[in-house]
Amino acid sequence: MIEFTIWDILRNLLLATRWTLLLSLVSFVGGGVVGLVLLFLRISRRRWARAVAKYYIELFQGTPLLMQLFIAFFGLGLFGIDVPAWLAAGVALILWSAAFLGEIWRGCVEAIAMGQWEASASLGMGRLQQMRYVILPQAMRIAVPPTVGFSVQVIKGTALTSIIGFVELSKAGTVVTNATFQPFTVYGLVALIYFALCWPLSKSSQILERKLNVAHRNH
Amino acid sequence: MNYHFEFGWLFEYYPQIVKGIAITIQLIAVGAIAGISLGIVCAWVRALGPPWLKPVVAAYVELIRNTPFLIQLFFIFFGLPSLGLQLSELEAANIAMVVNLGAYSSEIIRAGIQATPRGQFEAGASLAMTPFETFRHVVLIPSLQRIWPALSSQVVIVMLGSAVVSQIAAEDLTFAANFIQSRTFRAFEAYFVSTAVYLLLAILLRQVLGMVGWLIFPRRAAR
Repeated sequence: MIEFTIWDILRNLLLATRWTLLLSLVSFVGGGVVGLVLLFLRISRRRWARAVAKYYIELFQGTPLLMQLFIAFFGLGLFGIDVPAWLAAGVALILWSAAFLGEIWRGCVEAIAMGQWEASASLGMGRLQQMRYVILPQAMRIAVPPTVGFSVQVIKGTALTSIIGFVELSKAGTVVTNATFQPFTVYGLVALIYFALCWPLSKSSQILERKLNVAHRNH
Repeated sequence: MNYHFEFGWLFEYYPQIVKGIAITIQLIAVGAIAGISLGIVCAWVRALGPPWLKPVVAAYVELIRNTPFLIQLFFIFFGLPSLGLQLSELEAANIAMVVNLGAYSSEIIRAGIQATPRGQFEAGASLAMTPFETFRHVVLIPSLQRIWPALSSQVVIVMLGSAVVSQIAAEDLTFAANFIQSRTFRAFEAYFVSTAVYLLLAILLRQVLGMVGWLIFPRRAAR
């Protein structure tokens, strides 16, 4: 039987961590783009647009991410597309994070005082101009801490893609465990790597939030 | 697309589905009650407890909040036996749920405790209550009331997260869906139906938690 050193285990896990990072990045950026669309729908003046965004968010926040992954994985196959695990994982995670980011950002936009809308409207700005020049620059400031905080959820969410067979950190953990029979060490290391990825983000989200609150109090 | 959707045959499998739903409900019931209790204890330690205990609880909370539930579950189920702690699937799943919700809810509850006006603590002390009695009889319930909506959302998130316990073969709703899928190869129908059930459970759970809040928190008397 081959002996595995801690370094062997760690090196393999770190190699797989690249895929966790890449998938997280793709999901976060893609989710941000779709989330922005959802945000505009959600605060639109058309009732149907608001309803579409609302039900979309309700649906994706009210069902398990794992089920969304399964449906993306098996459901897309029904259309005759051969779905590789990475594609299903990417699609499901993008749609899932979009729902959360859209809802977070809506809260930030709605936190902007009504007077800002009225003032910009009285300057003859259109809806898009108002958003572009007045509302979003202010809303973005408030949005940074919760958005950074949500990126932690995205990284943790990518762990589920191991279940449909995408080889990232969690899947690598399972594979390495099967080879080494050291679940305690391997899953402990996997947890530590996740912690090393997520904790700095959580902390910076907290620090940013505190800074922002101080700035607000001084007004 | 020449796939024909058929849902009728699912009735054959209704015992599995019902059992799965029952286990998912059991998991979240235990998880919510024990998890929130653990959260209250941890929140008390971090807000008002003995200083030497604070870093321990802080480490627990940060560790759980920054690692995926799946890995926590694998660690408990596959990792702990090498320390001599052998758990059944369901025990491991229950423990993972409690540990997970305990960490998240402690942060939420702590925010509620810290929002308590100082005067409340002083009023308790002036009535000769010990700090613990003040916490128990004066501070706790209004603190929970303040953060109940956030806590409810977290419970729903953890319930949806429980889908993962199927991976250690705990026979919850997702396990039932996987079972049906592997028997019939009708993946889409199986997952579609169980997703719908999860959505329903989430809506129902929200209602139940709202009702619990209505029962345990004092309401302003009608004038």
